[in-house]
Amino acid sequence: MSSDGDTVARARLFNLRITPVGMARGLLYLVLIAGAALALVPFVWMVSTSLKRLPEVARWPIQWIPSDPQWQNYATVFSHVPFLRFYANTAFVTLLRTSGLLVTSCMAGYAFARLRFPGRDAIFLIYLGTMMVPGQVTLIPRFITMRLLTWIDTYQALIVPGVFSAFGVFLMRQFFMGIPRSLDDAAILDGANHFDIFRRVCVPLSTPAIATLIIFAFVGSWNDFLWPLVITNSVEKLVLSVGLSHFQDLYYTEWTLLMAASVMAMAPVLAIYVLAQRYFVQGIALTGIKG
Amino acid sequence: MTAYGQPANPMLRSERRWALFFLAPSLIGFLAFTLLPVVTSLGLSFVKWNLIRPPEFAGVDNYVRALRDPMFWRVLKNTAVYALGTVPSAMVLSLALALALNQKIRGVTLFRGLYYLPVVAPMVAVTMVWRWLYNANFGVINYVLSLVGLPAVPWLTSTRWALPSVIIMSVWKSLGSGMVIYLAGLQGIPQHLYDAAAVDGANAWQRFRHITLPMLATTTFFVMVTSVISSFQVFGQIFVLTRGGPANASSTMVYYIYQNGFQSFRMGYASALSWLLFAAVFVFTLIQFGAQRERVFYE
Repeated sequence: MSSDGDTVARARLFNLRITPVGMARGLLYLVLIAGAALALVPFVWMVSTSLKRLPEVARWPIQWIPSDPQWQNYATVFSHVPFLRFYANTAFVTLLRTSGLLVTSCMAGYAFARLRFPGRDAIFLIYLGTMMVPGQVTLIPRFITMRLLTWIDTYQALIVPGVFSAFGVFLMRQFFMGIPRSLDDAAILDGANHFDIFRRVCVPLSTPAIATLIIFAFVGSWNDFLWPLVITNSVEKLVLSVGLSHFQDLYYTEWTLLMAASVMAMAPVLAIYVLAQRYFVQGIALTGIKG
Repeated sequence: MTAYGQPANPMLRSERRWALFFLAPSLIGFLAFTLLPVVTSLGLSFVKWNLIRPPEFAGVDNYVRALRDPMFWRVLKNTAVYALGTVPSAMVLSLALALALNQKIRGVTLFRGLYYLPVVAPMVAVTMVWRWLYNANFGVINYVLSLVGLPAVPWLTSTRWALPSVIIMSVWKSLGSGMVIYLAGLQGIPQHLYDAAAVDGANAWQRFRHITLPMLATTTFFVMVTSVISSFQVFGQIFVLTRGGPANASSTMVYYIYQNGFQSFRMGYASALSWLLFAAVFVFTLIQFGAQRERVFYE
């Protein structure tokens, strides 16, 4: 009797009742959990391999939890390649790109949303139009521009072209449009100029959009690969993505080190993702479709 | 006030000055790094230039050369196969996931977070992990195959499996983004439609077929167009997993552009290739727009 009661209680707990609906629900959870496991396996395998000894990685059946975790693999990465340098470069480039992109996008977004000037809508349409041109089309001319400026293999080349974003302008314009103009008028009565309205009214009221933009710019810059690959060549200027791919060419059999390096390259992005997940979802809702 | 002269109204005049102030930083960068490159890229596609000798005008030679280049057709075909392999399967799977997550279940946020994780993870680092997963002798994938009694597959080293390997990884990587967009679309479908259908005695499949699917048409269209565009631009996975090999079996358009531009320094030819890529993307998008006009149902 009591065990029956237990089963019922447990079934209640997991919202499972032995009915067709309950079974469908159980199946649903099963599929979702299996799917989540598939999504996660590469990450688990990466961490697991990064803590193994090299002979262990070739052992079947696979040992998911290493018996003697080799934390020093992580330190070894730093002695094999200037990983700290790659890290610092990536952080520096990402920081400047993100802040620059934020400033240019917010300012231009304000101009398009709030100010009347000749050609405004035409210019905005051109901005939108270029969002459809694949980045590869502009890759070669941008490279040549960098060459003319003698910026090849410099931080400027890694940063400057990345601080302008039609997408960012679009996002901020849409958001500023939604802020009631009555707030501007009140500020104007208090003697505020447009810079005051921008700084004191529009920007503070746009935290969700700004947070979204920061996160997209951060992740985009951190993960950027093709541009840094073509524009840098000296080890001192390499960012993580390019440094990792060189590291892979040099140490292609050292799986434990490669995985330790991958873990470290991913960590900041994944940390940001976990902390600010709602802004990712929000960003998709803001930029995606309505209805 | 005239269209381009100084407006008489001092407020409008001051607005223009402010507009210049607010727009200038973005506009300068936009002109220098987006608009001008788009224009020069078109110009470059009509010259021969190896960065060492001065550029020579070549007319449409680069385009003619591309059309006669067997490698161009090869990479175009590979790119199309890649798009066909990733887009429909990722769309079906992400819709299925979104439908599952749209039920009243616990842990929706957690599941959504987990499924979206691969989307955020850096491409190069993640691809290195997949290279290891695909390892013919020690990788997890062949290990799982061996558990169910299947022979080991030489994933990245055979001409037959290299491109499918890239496709499988890309589906895994992109699934979450489609799912999130579909979830947003599903949440926009008014409940009263389902209630009405339930009154009419429609079963789950009929509700899906006649309400969910048509109401998701714009979402589906959005997901399809953006996925096709991004699948035509695949590069990172190819570079890290296979370098286009073996024997160019997994080389794609952008990889070929990269090789021509930055390994062989054929700037003109690479520019022409990038315009052909743009044309291909554009044509595909137009076809989808055409198909959409016939099918999509707007409320």
